[in-house]
Amino acid sequence: MKKAQVLSKEDVRRAVTRIAHEIVERNHGADDLVVIGIQTRGALLAERVALKIGEIEHVTVPVGILDITLYRDDFRKRLKQPLVKATKIPFDIDDKDVILVDDVLYTGRTARAALDELTDFGRPRTIQYAILVDRGHREFPIRADYVGKNVPTSRNQEVFVKIEEVDGIDEVTVEEVEDTGSEK
Amino acid sequence: MRRWRTLALKSRHLLGLEGMSKEDIELILDTATSFKEILERPIPKVPTLRGKTIVNLFFEASTRTRISFELAEKRLSADTVNFSKATSSVQKGETLKDTARNIEAMKIDMVVMRHSAPGAPHFLARCLDVPILNAGDGAHEHPTQALLDMYTLREKYGTLEGLNVVIVGDISHSRVARSDIWGLKTMGARVTVCGPSTLIPVEVDAFGVNVNYNIDEAIQDADVIYALRIQMERQTSGLLPSSREYHHRFGITQERLRPLKKRVTIMHPGPINRGVELASDVADGEHSLILDQVLNGVAVRMAVLYLLSGEEGTVE
Repeated sequence: MKKAQVLSKEDVRRAVTRIAHEIVERNHGADDLVVIGIQTRGALLAERVALKIGEIEHVTVPVGILDITLYRDDFRKRLKQPLVKATKIPFDIDDKDVILVDDVLYTGRTARAALDELTDFGRPRTIQYAILVDRGHREFPIRADYVGKNVPTSRNQEVFVKIEEVDGIDEVTVEEVEDTGSEK
Repeated sequence: MRRWRTLALKSRHLLGLEGMSKEDIELILDTATSFKEILERPIPKVPTLRGKTIVNLFFEASTRTRISFELAEKRLSADTVNFSKATSSVQKGETLKDTARNIEAMKIDMVVMRHSAPGAPHFLARCLDVPILNAGDGAHEHPTQALLDMYTLREKYGTLEGLNVVIVGDISHSRVARSDIWGLKTMGARVTVCGPSTLIPVEVDAFGVNVNYNIDEAIQDADVIYALRIQMERQTSGLLPSSREYHHRFGITQERLRPLKKRVTIMHPGPINRGVELASDVADGEHSLILDQVLNGVAVRMAVLYLLSGEEGTVE
C-alpha cells in the first residue's frame, strides 16, 4: 500500500488562509457571510475559515454545522444506518452568503445532499462551496468555488484528510487501496 | 470517499424493552437527540424515508401515541396509512392474521401496532416480513413511551445511573410501568413502585424493584415521581374504591411534595386525570416534565423508525 503526503500541516494552514482571502475578496467583505461546515472534518475546517475571515475583516463570522446523513441518496441500499450527528445552524440563513465547507470533493453527492438540506433552512442569497481537496471523478454537475488543492486521483486511491482536533495532526495523504471490488 | 459509521439495533423489530441491551437503548436515545433538532427547523422535515409506506394499525383507541407516531413518520417523509378498529373490517370479524396478509399484499414497509392483546405485535412479527413497532400491547409493553421517558430524564439529569424513580399507580394493568421498569433498570436507575396493594402485582419483586404501599414514605428520597393514569375503563372488578379515595391516598399534591428535601420532577404518560393521580397545580407546576415528554416522543419515535428502516442489502 503506497502512501503519499499531498498537504502538510503548513500547507493546510496556507490553503485555509488563501481561501479566506478569496472569500472576502469575492464577497467584498464579510458583512452577510456565514460559514457552514459538513460533519465532521468540514465542520472543523469551517471554524478555521471563519476565524481567518474574522481576523482579516475584524468581524465575527457565524459558524454552523451540517449533518447530511438524512439527505443521502443511497438510503434504499443499506442494511445498517449511518449514525446521525448534530446539525447546528443557530442563525437565519435568509439573504446570507453561505460558505459551505467540506474536506474532500469527490462524486458531488454529499454537496447535492447539503444543498437540499440548506435550502430547507431558508433562502440564502448565494451558496458558495469551499473544499480543501478536489480529487475529481464527479458524478453530479457540481464544482467548488474555493479549492485548497486539486489532487488528481484514480478511483482505487483514497484521500485521507486528517484534522488536528480529531486526528491529532493536520495532513492530507493519498493511499492506494487494494481493489476489493467492494466499491460498487 | 466519506467513511460512515453505521450502526444497527440488534433486533429488526421494536417489540419491548425487556431484554433490550443498554447499548441499543443508548443508540436510540443518542439518535433522538439529532432528530429533536429537526423539529426546531423552519421546515421540520427530512427526506429520509421518502418512498417508504408505514401503516399505523390501531386496534385500540389512542390519540396521542397515534398522532405522535404519525407526526414522526411525516417528519421523515414516509407515506402513512391509518387503520383504526372502529372503521375497519375487524368489526366484520377479520382475524389478525388475515389483516396482516392483506397488509403484506399491499407492500407496506413498516407496521406500527397497538392492540389490546399482549403479544399481538409479536404474532405479527412472526407472520410478516417487515419491521414491527409495538405501540402498546395490552398490559404488556409500551416501549416507545418508556424510551421517551428515559430520553426526557436523561436530558434533564444527564444520566439515568443512580436516579431514584418512583412509579405510582396501577402497576398491574400498566404497560407503561412494565416498559419503564425494564428500561430504567437496564440503564442503572433505582425504581420503586407504589400504589394500592390490589393494583401491585404479587410477584413484583421479580422485576428488581422496591415496593412501598405508603406514598409519603416512597417519595422521601425520590428524584422523579412518575404518576400513572388511573384507567377507569380497566377498573371494573372493584380493585379501587373510588377515584376520590385514590386521590386522598396516592394522589400527588403540593401538600405531599412540600416536606420533601429534594426537588422532585413530575412525569405522567398522559392523558391526565386531574384531581385523581395528579393535582392540577402539580401537573402544571415548574417541575413537571409532562409537555417535554410529548415533544420528545416525536423525536424518539423518529429515531426508532430511522434505525429500523435499513433494508437487507449491501453496505457501502
